[in-house]
Amino acid sequence: MTDWPILSTVTFLPLVGVVLLLLTGQEGANGRRNVLNISLATTVVTFIVSLFIWIGFDNSNPGFQMVEKHEWLGTGISYHLGVDGISMLFVILTTFLMPFCVLASWESIEHRIKEYMISFLLLQVAMTGVFVSLDIVLFYVFFEATLIPMFIIIGVWGGKDRVYASYKLFLYTLLGSVLMMLAIMAMYWNAGTTDIVELLKHGFPAGMQTWLFLACFAAFAVKMPMWPVHTWLPDAHVQAPTAGSVILAGVMLKLGGYGMIRILLQMFPLASDYFAPMVFALSVIAIIYTSLVAMMQDDIKKLIAYSSVAHMGYVTMGIFAANTQGVQGAVFQMLSHGIVSGALFLCVGVVYDRLHTREISAYGGLVNNMPKYAVAMMIFTMANVGLPGTSGFIGEFLTIIGVFRVNTWVALFAATGVILSACYALWLYRRVLFGALEKENLKQLLDLSTREKILLYPLIALTIFFGFYPAPVFDVTAASIDALVNNYSAALQAAQKLALAVTH
Amino acid sequence: MIYKAIVFLPLIGFLIAGLFGRQIGAKASEYVTTGLMIVAAILSWIVFFDIALGHSEGEVVKAVVMRWIQSGGIDVEWTFRIDTLSAIMFVVVNTVSTLVHLYSIGYMHHDEHRPRFFAYLSLFTFAMLMLITADNLLQMFFGWEGVGLASYLLIGFWFKKPSASAAAMKAFIVNRVGDFGFILGIGCVFVLFGSINFETIFATAATYMPHEGASDANVIVANFFGMELTRSTAITVTCLLLFMGAMGKSAQFLLHTWLPDAMEGPTPVSALIHAATMVTAGVFLVARMSPIFELSPDALLVVTIIGAITAFFAATVGLVQNDIKRVIAYSTCSQLGYMFVALGVGAYGAAVFHLFTHAFFKALLFLCAGSVIHAVDGEQDMRHMGGLRPHIKVTFVMMLIGTLAITGVGIPFTPVGFAGFFSKDFIIEATYASHSPASGFAFTLLVIAAMFTSFYSWRLMFLTFFGKPRASHEVMHHVHESPQVMLVPLYILAVGAVVAGVVFKEYFYGHEYEMFWSGALFTSEHNELLHEFHHVPALVALAPFIAMLIGLVTAWYFYIKSPETPKRLAASQQGLYQFLLNKWYFDELYDFLFVRSAKALGRFLWKKGDVAVIDAYGPNGIAARVVDVTRNVVRLQSGYLYHYAFAMLIGIAALVTWMMLGSSF
Repeated sequence: MTDWPILSTVTFLPLVGVVLLLLTGQEGANGRRNVLNISLATTVVTFIVSLFIWIGFDNSNPGFQMVEKHEWLGTGISYHLGVDGISMLFVILTTFLMPFCVLASWESIEHRIKEYMISFLLLQVAMTGVFVSLDIVLFYVFFEATLIPMFIIIGVWGGKDRVYASYKLFLYTLLGSVLMMLAIMAMYWNAGTTDIVELLKHGFPAGMQTWLFLACFAAFAVKMPMWPVHTWLPDAHVQAPTAGSVILAGVMLKLGGYGMIRILLQMFPLASDYFAPMVFALSVIAIIYTSLVAMMQDDIKKLIAYSSVAHMGYVTMGIFAANTQGVQGAVFQMLSHGIVSGALFLCVGVVYDRLHTREISAYGGLVNNMPKYAVAMMIFTMANVGLPGTSGFIGEFLTIIGVFRVNTWVALFAATGVILSACYALWLYRRVLFGALEKENLKQLLDLSTREKILLYPLIALTIFFGFYPAPVFDVTAASIDALVNNYSAALQAAQKLALAVTH
Repeated sequence: MIYKAIVFLPLIGFLIAGLFGRQIGAKASEYVTTGLMIVAAILSWIVFFDIALGHSEGEVVKAVVMRWIQSGGIDVEWTFRIDTLSAIMFVVVNTVSTLVHLYSIGYMHHDEHRPRFFAYLSLFTFAMLMLITADNLLQMFFGWEGVGLASYLLIGFWFKKPSASAAAMKAFIVNRVGDFGFILGIGCVFVLFGSINFETIFATAATYMPHEGASDANVIVANFFGMELTRSTAITVTCLLLFMGAMGKSAQFLLHTWLPDAMEGPTPVSALIHAATMVTAGVFLVARMSPIFELSPDALLVVTIIGAITAFFAATVGLVQNDIKRVIAYSTCSQLGYMFVALGVGAYGAAVFHLFTHAFFKALLFLCAGSVIHAVDGEQDMRHMGGLRPHIKVTFVMMLIGTLAITGVGIPFTPVGFAGFFSKDFIIEATYASHSPASGFAFTLLVIAAMFTSFYSWRLMFLTFFGKPRASHEVMHHVHESPQVMLVPLYILAVGAVVAGVVFKEYFYGHEYEMFWSGALFTSEHNELLHEFHHVPALVALAPFIAMLIGLVTAWYFYIKSPETPKRLAASQQGLYQFLLNKWYFDELYDFLFVRSAKALGRFLWKKGDVAVIDAYGPNGIAARVVDVTRNVVRLQSGYLYHYAFAMLIGIAALVTWMMLGSSF
C-alpha cells in the first residue's frame, strides 16, 4: 500500500470515467442509462478508493503524508502531492459528495447528459487536485481549472439567466486569479522554489508578506466568498442546476478557506496577524449583513446562498483567530457546511424538480403531503441554524470561542448570527412547509422517492453523527493544526524579538 | 447504569415513536413512550432517595458516556453529573413528563398525529434530562437548545394554524436572543477559568476572588468588550451574560414575550414544557452556577431586580386576561420571577424548593385547564364558560387544590399548608431578611404580586366554575368529565400540590439543608440567610397570607357578589385596562423596534447594498461595457468560455516561460 500512488489515483480516477463516457453514445434511453451508470460507478469507486487515504492516514503525524514527487516542468516546478490533517478530509468530502451530484442529476438533466457528466468528472479532478497539491504552480493550475467546468455547468445547464450568472462568476474570479498569479511569481522570485513544503519553511520578509498576502487574499476571498465580493454566489447558485449548487456550496467555497489556511496563515504569518482585524471586520459584516439580506429573499436558493456567505464568515473569522479552537472550528465548519448546505440544495432540488419554481410564495403547507421531506428539511434547517447535536453547531461554537480569546467584540457581533440564522431559516421553513395545504398544484406532490431518500438519508445520518461525535474529524486534524498554531505564534514571536532588537 | 437508563429511556421512546410510529401505529407509540417514561420516573425516585436523602454514593456521581469535543483547552465529554440538584430535577422532570404522557393518551385521543406528538414529548424529556445532568456548560447548552427545539416543534404541533407556526418561531427566536448571551457567557468562563467543565470551574471559583485588601485586587485579568476588568468585575460580566440565557429560557421580563404565545401548543405541552420543566431551566442554570454567581453581588442584584419586576409585571397582566391558558401562562411567568428573586438574594435552596412545588401545582392547574377545555369542546375563553362546577366535579376539586396551592393557603406559624404556602413564604421572608440592596424593593413587589396571584387565580376559578353558564346551550349539553386516563395524573399531581411543601421543607431550606444538598448548592461564608430568615418580624411572615386573603376577597366580590363591578372598573379605567390587556404593549414595541427594522434593513442592504452599489459598480458596470460590444448572446456565452480558457492559458504559458527562463539564471 505504501508505494502505491494513492493520491494520484484518487485525483485522476474520474478521468477513467471521462474516457468511458467519451466512448459511449447517449442516444435513447439505453444510452442515457449507460452514461448515468458509468458516472455513478466512477464516482462511487473513487469515493471508496479515497477512503483508503483515511485508513492509511497517521493521525499523530503533523506533516505531509502519502507524498509523491516527480520532476515536471523545468527545474522549478514539480509534480508534488501529499496530504496532511488539514487537507485530507477535504479530499474525502469531495469524493463523497460526487455520487450525490450524479444521483441528483438522474432525472433533472434532460439534454447533453454526457457532456454534463464529463464536466462534473473533470471538476472533481481539479478540486481534488487543489487539496493534494504540494507545488504552488500545480495548486494554481488546479485552482483555476475548477472554474472552467463550473462555468460550463452553469452556462449550459443553468436557468434562464445563466449567461449573466456565469459571466459574473468569471469576472470576479478573473480579478482574484490574476493577482494570485503575480503573487506566485513573486514568491518564486524570492524563495527560489515553488514547492509548498519548502515555501512553508521559507519565511518571507515582512514587507513582502503584506503584498503577497493581499494578492492571494483577493483570490481566496472571492472564492469564499467574503463580503463585499460575494454577489456572484447568489446568482451562480440560483442559475446552477441542483448538482452544480451542491458542488459549489459543498466543495468549491472550501477551496478559498483551504487556501487561506495553507497559504495565507502558514506562509505569511506576519501579514495574517497584521490584517486579521480587517478580516474580522469583513467576516462580521458578512455574518450580519448577509443574514439580514437572506431574511428578505423570496427565492429559496438565493436565501440558502446568502446563508452560505454568512456561514463562511465564521470560517474566515476562525481561521484568522489563529488559535486551536479557531482553526479547528473553521475546518470543521467547512466540512460540516459541505454536508449541510449540499443537503439543503438537494432539498431545494426535490421541490424544484416537482414544481419548477424556486419562489417561496409558490409553496406552503408541504408538510401535509410530504412528511418525510419535512423531516429531512427540518434536520438540515436546524443544522444550518447551528443547533447542538448537529454538525453545524460544533464549528460555529469553536470559531466563536476561538475568536473570543482574541477579540471579544468580534465574538459578540458574530454571535448575533445565532439569532439571525434562526430568523431566516425558520421563516423559510414556515413559509414552505408549515400551514394548510391550500394551493391546488401542491396537492399532487408526492413525498420523497427512493432515489431522493438515498440522497438525503446518508446526509442526515452524517449531520447528526458528527454533531454528537465529531472526534473522528478532530483526531485527524489535531496534530497538523497544533503544529500550525505553534509555528504561527513562533513566527510572530520571532518577529517581535527582531523588532525589539532593532529599536534598542 | 441507572443514570444512563433514566436519560436514555426517553430517547429510545422518541426513536421508536419517531422512526416507526407510522408502522406500529398510534396505540403502540403511546404505550411504548409512556411505558418507558414510567420506568424512568420510578428510577428517578429511587435515585432521589438514594442521592439526595441517602447519600449512599458520596456527593457527586458521574457517568461518562463518550467523548464530544476536544480542541485545545475545550475538552468536553458526554457525562452525567448526579448530585442532589440533578436528582431533584430528575424527579420533577420525569414525574411530570410521565403524567403528561399518560394524560395525553386521553387528551390527544382524536388527533391523527399522535405518534409524532408522543415522539416529541419524549424528545423533550431526553433533552431536558441532558440539560440537568450536564457536567459542563456545553452539554448544558446542548440540552438547552434541545428543549428549545422540542418546544418549537410542540408549539407548532398543529402546523395548519398559522398562529401556531408563528408562535413556535417566536419562541425559538426569542430564546435564541438569550442563547446569544449564554454562548458569550461560555466564552467568558473559558477565558477566565481555562475550562468549561464544572469541576474545574467550581474548584477555581472557590479561590478565585482576592482577599480583601490583597494587593492583586485591582489587577486587570481580562478585557471583555472594551472594558478592562478586574477579577470581580469580570465575574459580574460573565454572570450577567449567563443570566441573559436564563432570562430567555425562563421568560423573564424583556424576554418574556414568547411564553404567552406558546400557549398555541396543545395543553399537555403547556403543562410539561411551559410550566413545570423547561421554563425552570434558567433557575436551574443559576442554581448550578451558584459558585460563581455567589462571587458577584452586582450580578445577583440584577437577578433580584429582574425577578421582582417579572413577578409583578406578569401578575398585573394576568389580572385581566380572558384566555384560561394565558392566565396560567402569566402566572407561570410571575412565579418564575419569585424563583429568580430567591436566587438573587442568595436563597438558592428556596428557589429550587419553589421550582419543585411549583412543578406540581402548575402542571396540575394546566392539566385541569386542559380538562376544562376538553369538556367545553375546545373553548378557551373564560367569558364563554361559567357554571361548570356541577358538570365536571372532579376537575373542579383538582383545580381547587391547585389554586389553594398556588395562592399559598396555609395556617401561618404552623406546619399546615399547601405546597405553595411554604415555598412562597420562604422566598418572601428570605427576601426581606437578605442584605441585598434591592431587598425592600423586591419584597414589596413580591407581596403585591402575591395579592394579584390570589386575585387572578380565584378569578379564573369563579369565571370558570361558578355563576351562570355563558356557553351556548349546545356546548353545555355536551359538557362531560374527562376519562380516567386524564384524571389519574391529576390525582397524583394533587397529592404533590398538597404535601410536597410540608414533607420536604426542612430538606430544601431548613434544618436538613446541609445534609440534603451536601455541596450541590454553593453559598459563601457571609451568606447566613438560611438562619436569618426565620427571625423576620411576625407582620412580614403574615404579609403573604394577608395579601392572599385580600386577593381572594376582591375576586369573590368582583366575580360572585357583584359581577358588574369589574366591567364598570374597566370602563372607567380604560387606559389602564387596555395597557394591561395588551400586555404593556411589548409585542407592538418589539415588532416596531426589531422585526420591522430588521426587515427594512435587510431589504435596504439587499436592494441598495448588493444590487445598487456592489453589482452596479462591480460586475454589471463592466458587463454593460462588454455587452455593448458583443450583442450576440449565443456567441457571448461560448465566447466567454474561450476568453477565460484563453486568459488562463496565456497566464500559465507566461508563468512557465518565465520560470524556465528564471531557472536558467
